[in-house]
Amino acid sequence: MAIPKEQLDSVKERVIQIVSQNGAKEEALLQILHDIQADDNSLSEAELLQVARALDIPLSRVYGVATFYSLYSVQPRGKFIIRICESAPCHIVGARAVISAFEEALGIKMGETTTDGKFTLEATSCLGVCGVAPAVMINDEVYGNLTPDKVVEVLAEYDADEA
Amino acid sequence: MDAVNLTIDGLSVEVPRGSTILDAASKLGIDIPTLCHHPDLAVKAVCRVCVVEVEGQRVLQPACAYPVAEGMQVKTNTARVREARKTVVELMLAHHPQDCLQCERNQNCELQSLAYRLGVREISFPYIERDLPIDELSPAMKRDPNKCINCRRCVSVCHDIQGVGALESVNRGFDTVVTAPFWRSIAEISCVTCGQCVLVCPVGAITERDDTEQVWAALANPQKHVIVQTAPAIRVSIGEELGLPVGTRVTKKLTAALRRLGFDRVFDTDFSADLTIWEEGNELLHRLSTGGTLPMLTSCSPGWIKYIEHYYPELLDHLSTCKSPQQMFGALAKTYYAEKAGLDPADIVMVSIMPCTAKKFEAGRPEMSDSGYADVDVVLTTRELGRMLREAGIDFSGLPEEEYDEPLGISTGAGAIFGASGGVMEAALRTVYELVTGKELENVNFEDVRGLEGIKSATVSLPIPEAAAAGDKATNNGVSELEVKVAVAHSLQHAKTLMEQIRAGKAEYQFIEVMCCPGGCIGGGGQPIPTNTEERTLRIKAIYEEDAGMPLRKSHDNPAVKTLYKEYLGKPLGEKSHQLLHTHYEPREKF
Amino acid sequence: MEFFRSHVLVCSGANCSLKGSRGVRTAFVEEINAQGLDKEIKVIETGCFGLCEEGPVVVVYPEAVHYCRVDPQDAKEIVREHLAKGRVVKRLLFKGDMELPGVQTWQQMDFYSRQKRVVLRNCGLIDPDNIDEYIARNGYEALGKALSAGPDKVIEVVKKSGLRGRGGAGFPTGLKWDFTSQAPGEQKYLVCNADEGEPGTFKDRLILEGDPHSVIEGMAIAAFAIGASQGYIYFRGEYRLSIDRLRNAIEQAREYGLLGKGILGSGFDFDIDIRVGAGAYVCGEETALLNSMEGKRGEPRYKPPYPASVGLWGKPTCVNNVETLANIAPIILEGAEWYVNIGPKGCPGTKVFTLTGNINNAGLIEVPMGITLREIIYDIGGGIPNGRSFKMAQTGGTSGGCLPEALLDVPMDIDSLEAAGSALGSGALMIMDDTHCIIDVVRCLLQFFCHESCGQCTPCREGTRRLYELIDKIARMEAVEEDVSLIKRLARTMEDASLCGLGQTAPFPILTTMRFFPEEYKAHIEEGICPAGVCNARSHIA
Repeated sequence: MAIPKEQLDSVKERVIQIVSQNGAKEEALLQILHDIQADDNSLSEAELLQVARALDIPLSRVYGVATFYSLYSVQPRGKFIIRICESAPCHIVGARAVISAFEEALGIKMGETTTDGKFTLEATSCLGVCGVAPAVMINDEVYGNLTPDKVVEVLAEYDADEA
Repeated sequence: MDAVNLTIDGLSVEVPRGSTILDAASKLGIDIPTLCHHPDLAVKAVCRVCVVEVEGQRVLQPACAYPVAEGMQVKTNTARVREARKTVVELMLAHHPQDCLQCERNQNCELQSLAYRLGVREISFPYIERDLPIDELSPAMKRDPNKCINCRRCVSVCHDIQGVGALESVNRGFDTVVTAPFWRSIAEISCVTCGQCVLVCPVGAITERDDTEQVWAALANPQKHVIVQTAPAIRVSIGEELGLPVGTRVTKKLTAALRRLGFDRVFDTDFSADLTIWEEGNELLHRLSTGGTLPMLTSCSPGWIKYIEHYYPELLDHLSTCKSPQQMFGALAKTYYAEKAGLDPADIVMVSIMPCTAKKFEAGRPEMSDSGYADVDVVLTTRELGRMLREAGIDFSGLPEEEYDEPLGISTGAGAIFGASGGVMEAALRTVYELVTGKELENVNFEDVRGLEGIKSATVSLPIPEAAAAGDKATNNGVSELEVKVAVAHSLQHAKTLMEQIRAGKAEYQFIEVMCCPGGCIGGGGQPIPTNTEERTLRIKAIYEEDAGMPLRKSHDNPAVKTLYKEYLGKPLGEKSHQLLHTHYEPREKF
Repeated sequence: MEFFRSHVLVCSGANCSLKGSRGVRTAFVEEINAQGLDKEIKVIETGCFGLCEEGPVVVVYPEAVHYCRVDPQDAKEIVREHLAKGRVVKRLLFKGDMELPGVQTWQQMDFYSRQKRVVLRNCGLIDPDNIDEYIARNGYEALGKALSAGPDKVIEVVKKSGLRGRGGAGFPTGLKWDFTSQAPGEQKYLVCNADEGEPGTFKDRLILEGDPHSVIEGMAIAAFAIGASQGYIYFRGEYRLSIDRLRNAIEQAREYGLLGKGILGSGFDFDIDIRVGAGAYVCGEETALLNSMEGKRGEPRYKPPYPASVGLWGKPTCVNNVETLANIAPIILEGAEWYVNIGPKGCPGTKVFTLTGNINNAGLIEVPMGITLREIIYDIGGGIPNGRSFKMAQTGGTSGGCLPEALLDVPMDIDSLEAAGSALGSGALMIMDDTHCIIDVVRCLLQFFCHESCGQCTPCREGTRRLYELIDKIARMEAVEEDVSLIKRLARTMEDASLCGLGQTAPFPILTTMRFFPEEYKAHIEEGICPAGVCNARSHIA
C-alpha cells in the first residue's frame, strides 16, 4: 500500500493522543495540525493519514487544509523556521535588506532549508508587531527593529544550539 | 406557487422563489455562459464566467448562485459583463496548456467552447506552464492536473455524490489545483475508479485511460481471434456518442459496426447478465434457506466492489460471490467458447465495451484469471469505442441492422435492464419468483425498483407451494408466503447509507442491489460526455424499452444459458460455476 | 486592601515586550525591593499605551509621568531618583517634550491629548490579568444594564448609536445583530473576529492583550442581543502564543459568573471558546473564517446566504470585529446619544489606528472619526522622521488606497475616505517618505495578494498573479503603454467579478497610485527612470 505500515504505526499513538486532547471532530483539525507539527515543524503523510482516520474524514480534506494555511508545511523543514515579514510596513523600513542578510548568513534562499536541517527561511505576512518593524519570528520568538547587523547577532543566539 | 417576478434584459419573467438568475434567464431563452456550474452538483460560483449586472449591486453577481427577488433588474449582456467574462476566460487560458488539437476533449471541451463563444481572439497574458506530474498509473483513468481549471466539479462529485473524497483542492492562490493527497497516483489511494470525475470535468484534466491501441493491434494480428462483448448500457449510449439523439437504441447497428471494425465474434454481456441471475438468484435462495449472511449485496459493479473493500471491509461477507457479468463472460469465453469453437484460449483476445472506467480496473484484478488466462484482455469505454468508429470512418447511421453472434449473443430483457439502477434487482426478482413459487410471473415489471430515487425499496411476497413451505409462516388457505424485502441504491453516498444501516444491524432487507454510478451503468464513468440527469433519464427509458421489446424477459428462459448449464456448467452454484463464475474479495486499506 | 503610594505601570504590549519590557519590570521589582520600597510601590504590567515607537513605555502614578525607551538600568534609576527622591528622570521623558519647561503628565502629551479613548479606555491603565481592575472601572456594568433592558432594547441602542463594523466593511452593527436575532433557529452563534491579518494592523491584538474584558463584555452583550449561547474568538495563528492572557480572562469571567450558566443571576447562558487560525489573511473575511472554524480550508463562501441566516455549521451567526465589540459596553453605559455625538454624522464614534512606516510616533492611537489625516500624521504621529518629507499614506491596509499630500486634509471616516478613493478599512495607516518608489511599494503590496489569494475564484487566483507580473514589468522598466490599459481592464474584472473582498480590492493600490502618482508610472514606462532610484532591472521575487 501507499505508506509502509511501520511508518503508520510509529506515529499512530501520538496522533491519537493529540486528537483525543482536541476532540475527534473536524472543527478541531487546525489545532490538531498545530499540535502535530510542534515536534518537527512539518506534517508527514503518515501523520495526516492517521488524523484522517481518527476524524473519519478523507485524507484529501486533511491534505487540502494542510496545504492551504501558511503555518503548516507538508515538506520537511528546519528545526528553526525564520519567518520574515514581507508586508509593506516592514518593506518600507528595510525588510528587503533583512531578507538579504539572512540569505547571505545562511547561504540559502527564501523557502529553502539549510543543509544541516537547522534553519528554514520563509516569508510571512504581517506579524502584528509593526511598531518594531522590520520584524521576524524564529519558531515562537519574535525579533523586531532588525537591521542586517542585528541579523548576525540574532543568528548567533542559535549558534550554541545543536541542530 | 410562491412566484417572483423579475426583469432580465428588459424582459419580464416569473419564476418560483429560490430560483437563480441562471434559471430565470434560461426560461427566457437567454443562455448565460457557465463553467463551474453543473446541473447535478452543488453551486460553487467560483469560475465567475456567468457574472451579470444586478441593479443595486456594486459588483457583478454570478447568475448560477444569485437568488431572484421580486422586481429585480438584471442585465446579462452589457459591455461591462462581456469584458469581465472574456477576461476571466483569458486568465484561465493563459494558465492552461494550449494543446487543444491534441487534447482528448478537443471539440467536446467546455473551456474551448467558451473561448469560441465569447470571441476570445487573443490571450493578453503570457502562458505560464505548471509542469505538474501527470498521473498515468491507474488502469482506469489518467489525470493531467496541468489542465485543471479549478472548477471543482470533480471534487464535488467525488465527495458529495460518491462519498469517496479522493480528490481535493490543494495549495492556494495561483498554485491552487485539484489533486490527490501528497500527489499520490489515484492508483495508490482509495479511489474507486468510478470515473464520475471524468464525466463532470469540463476540460481534459481527467480522462479514461485510452486502451484503443491495444485493440487496434489485436484486430490487425491475424493470429488472434478477437471477440467482443458489449455491456447492456452501450446499446443506448453509443449512438449518442456518435451524434444521435440521447437515448437512441442502436443495438443492431452496434453489432454491425463492431463487425466492420474487424471483430471475429460479436457477443453480448446481456448473455452473462442472464447467467449472473441464475447464479446470484440461487445464491440468494441458498442464503435464505441456510441462514447465510444477509442482506446479500450484488457484486456486478466494480466501483462498488472497490468501495466496499476500502470502506466497509467488515461487510464483505454480505457480497454475492458472483463475478460481474463482464468477468463471467470472459471466463467462459476462454473455456467454454474456446472448447466449442476449437480455439486455443491463448489466441483469444477478449475485448469488452463497457460504460465504465472501473471495469478496466476489474479486468486487471489478479484473481480474474480463472480460465488460466486473463478473463478479459482489454476494456474499452463507450467513448473509446466511439473514437475507434470515428477513426475507422464507419458511417454508423447508415449501417445495416445485424444480430449478435450465437451462442453467447443470446439474451433476455432481464439481461438488458442490468444497465439501469434497479435492473439487477428486477431481473433477479423475475427469476426468484418463478424459482420459488413454481408459477409464472404475470407482470414482470417491478416499477418500485426503477428510477432515479437514491434508495428504492420494495417488499415482494412469494406464495410458496405447501410442499416447500415447512418452517415458513402459514397464511390463508394453507399457502405459505415468503416475504423478500429488497433495496436498491445507486451512487456511493446512498450505498453508504445502507452500509451504515447494515453495520448498525438495522437493515431489514434480504437483498440489496448497489450500483456505483448515479442511475446505474447508463450513467457510468465511461459514458458519453455530458452525462447528467437529463441524459441518464433518457437512457434509462431506452433500456426499459429494449427490455419491453425482447421476446424473452426472464433470465431463466435464456435458451443459450440453459444449454451452457447442460453442456458445461452442470448446475448453478455447481463446482464448475464456483471455479469460473465466482470470486472472493479483499479488504483494502483506506488511503 | 493594601495601599500603595505609587504605581509603576510597565507596558507589556507586544511591541514593548519585544523591546524588553519584561526585563524592565523585573529591574523595577528588584530595585524596589532593594530600596525597601515594596510596601509602598506596586509594579503593574499593563496593556499597550500606544506609543510603541518609544517603547518600552513606563508610566509612574500618581504623577502620571510617562517614560520612554526604558531599559533595566533606567528602571533602577527611576526607582532611585523618582520613586525614592521624587526627582523625575528627565532624560527618559518623551523626546518631543524635551525642550518644554517642567514635566508633562502623559495626558498632556500631544500624542495622548489629541486622542479620544473609548475602546482603549483601559489600555495601559489596568492590569489586564486582573478582572477586579476592569470591574473597578465600571466593567461589566453595561452587561448588567443590558440584561435588565432586554435584547430588543440593546439592539435598538446599538442601532441608534450608528456604530459601524470596525473590521473593514463598515456594516452597521445594530443591523447585523437585528438580522441574526430575527433569523429563525434555536442555536445561534456569536463570533469575535480576531483574525487580524491586515498588514500594518495590530490593534485587535493590543486591545485583547491590554483589556480583554472589554471584548468579553461586548461579546456577552452581543450574544444576549442576538440570542446566542455560544461564542468564539477566532485568533490569528501567528498570535497563537499570546492567547494565554485571553484564556485567563475568560476563566476569571467564568469564576465571577460573568460567563457560563445564568449570567448575573439572569436566565442568560453564554460561554466563549477560542479558535486559532493557521496563517491565512483571507480568513479575516467572515465566511472564510467560519469555514476555517469548521476545520476546513479558509475559503470564502458565496453570499447570499449571509452568516446572519446561514453561518457556522449552517446556524445563524453574527461575526463582529474585536474593536467593534470593545465599543459596546461604553455605548450601553453612556447611551446612543453620547456616541452619536462623537465624530461625524453617518459614521460616529472613535477609530483605533495603527501608525506604521516612516512616522515618528509609530504605534496605536484612538481618535474621533473624521479627524484629518494631517492631524494624525503631524499632531499625533509627530511627523516624518529624519527630515524627510511626506510622500504617500496608505489607509485601510494592503487593499486600501494610497493618498498623496494633496489629500492630507481628508477626514478619516468611512464615507469620506471612500469618496476620496480610498478606504478606512481596519485602521492601518502606513506612512511613506520621499525616499520610496511608488512602483516598488505597490509591487510589495501586490505580492502580498498573490500569497494570500485563496485560489478559489478565477479573477483573484489568476488576476493577483498577473497584476503582480505587470507591476513587476513596470519596475523592471520593461512595460509598454498597452500594459497600462491591460492593468486597467484586469483591475476592472477583478473588482467586478471576484468572489470576495480580497480579489475585489486587490487592485486598489495600483489603481489609486496610477491616479494620484501618474508621473511615477510615466517615468518608469516612458523614460525608464525610477525617480526615487529604488527600482532596477531585477524582479525581486519570481
